[in-house]
Amino acid sequence: MSAPIKTPAAETLPRPAGLAGLASDWASDQRTFKNVSWGKAMMWIFLLSDTFVFGCFLLAYMAARMSTTVPWPNPSEVFALEIGGTHMPLILIAIMTFVLISSSGTMAMAVNCGYRRDRRKTAILMLVTALFGATFVGMQAFEWSKLIAEGVRPWGNPWGAAQFGSSFFMITGFHGTHVTFGVIFLLIVARKVWRGDFDTERPGFFTSRKGRYEIVEITGLYWHFVDLVWVFIFAFFYLW
Amino acid sequence: MAHAEAQAAQHTAHTEQQQHPIKLYLLVWGLLFVLSAFSYLVDYFGLQGYLRWSLILIFMMLKAGLIVAVFMHMAWERLALTYAILLPPLLVLVFVALMASESNYVLFTRLAFFGTGP
Repeated sequence: MSAPIKTPAAETLPRPAGLAGLASDWASDQRTFKNVSWGKAMMWIFLLSDTFVFGCFLLAYMAARMSTTVPWPNPSEVFALEIGGTHMPLILIAIMTFVLISSSGTMAMAVNCGYRRDRRKTAILMLVTALFGATFVGMQAFEWSKLIAEGVRPWGNPWGAAQFGSSFFMITGFHGTHVTFGVIFLLIVARKVWRGDFDTERPGFFTSRKGRYEIVEITGLYWHFVDLVWVFIFAFFYLW
Repeated sequence: MAHAEAQAAQHTAHTEQQQHPIKLYLLVWGLLFVLSAFSYLVDYFGLQGYLRWSLILIFMMLKAGLIVAVFMHMAWERLALTYAILLPPLLVLVFVALMASESNYVLFTRLAFFGTGP
């Protein structure tokens, strides 16, 4: 799993596991994330920063909601739909959740196929993931138009606390933007996989370096993160 | 069982890449579906109070854990990375506590100085 440590005298020591390993990895005079490529480590650090951004949005929403004296609109009813004459509370959000989870499933399988160098399957699974993502964004566009038609604005709404609109547009808007960029990212990488860039070691357009199938996993990290954020938005915005 | 498979996969995994059986991903996919359905049912049946909150938070944490551990392969990374990524967000909980306390105070002053509202 992990590369041994090379001492200055060029002896090799086995890398300890567990907490002792954690201490030695962070304390050593060498690279901390030894078995992780730079690309993957940087994607993780980007995602950590993004966690803070979404964390601050959800915190601001929590503070607004807890400190307002006006009743908060009931999300269960706000996001209800009439389907075939039956009133379904929160159904739209539930469907969006299932769509996004499915996209995470296909993405995980794409990563697997990528490492087995199955060009065709990887590209197809990534395209399916992108399609699920686009479906999600489409449903969000529908949700936004419906609420705007019903009179929800960032400064007010027909049902209660004025901050509902600003929190809603801010949080779901930022998440939707992430999904949209994710879809574009997926399409770009899927095209490279399909064309066989990582088999022929074709140089990248910007970097003129050879890409590796690992980019599929890095794209996957971003995509799963978008799904992860939705788990928290679903719990705190729609179920609270 | 899935854990045993994962353990086996770990030993065959290459240093830099993450190779795990597709079956494991399908299992997690299914679990995420079931947990989301449970979350939805909490709202559908209109559960309220502490029961609602504990169920929502439990399902949320289980889902988040499954996504990070299996889909994002965190379960197989070395601890140096795992701790670097997972500890800082945990500290946000301090921020949450601060803001919750602050919000209660703001609500208190609003009620005290501007009346109880509608």
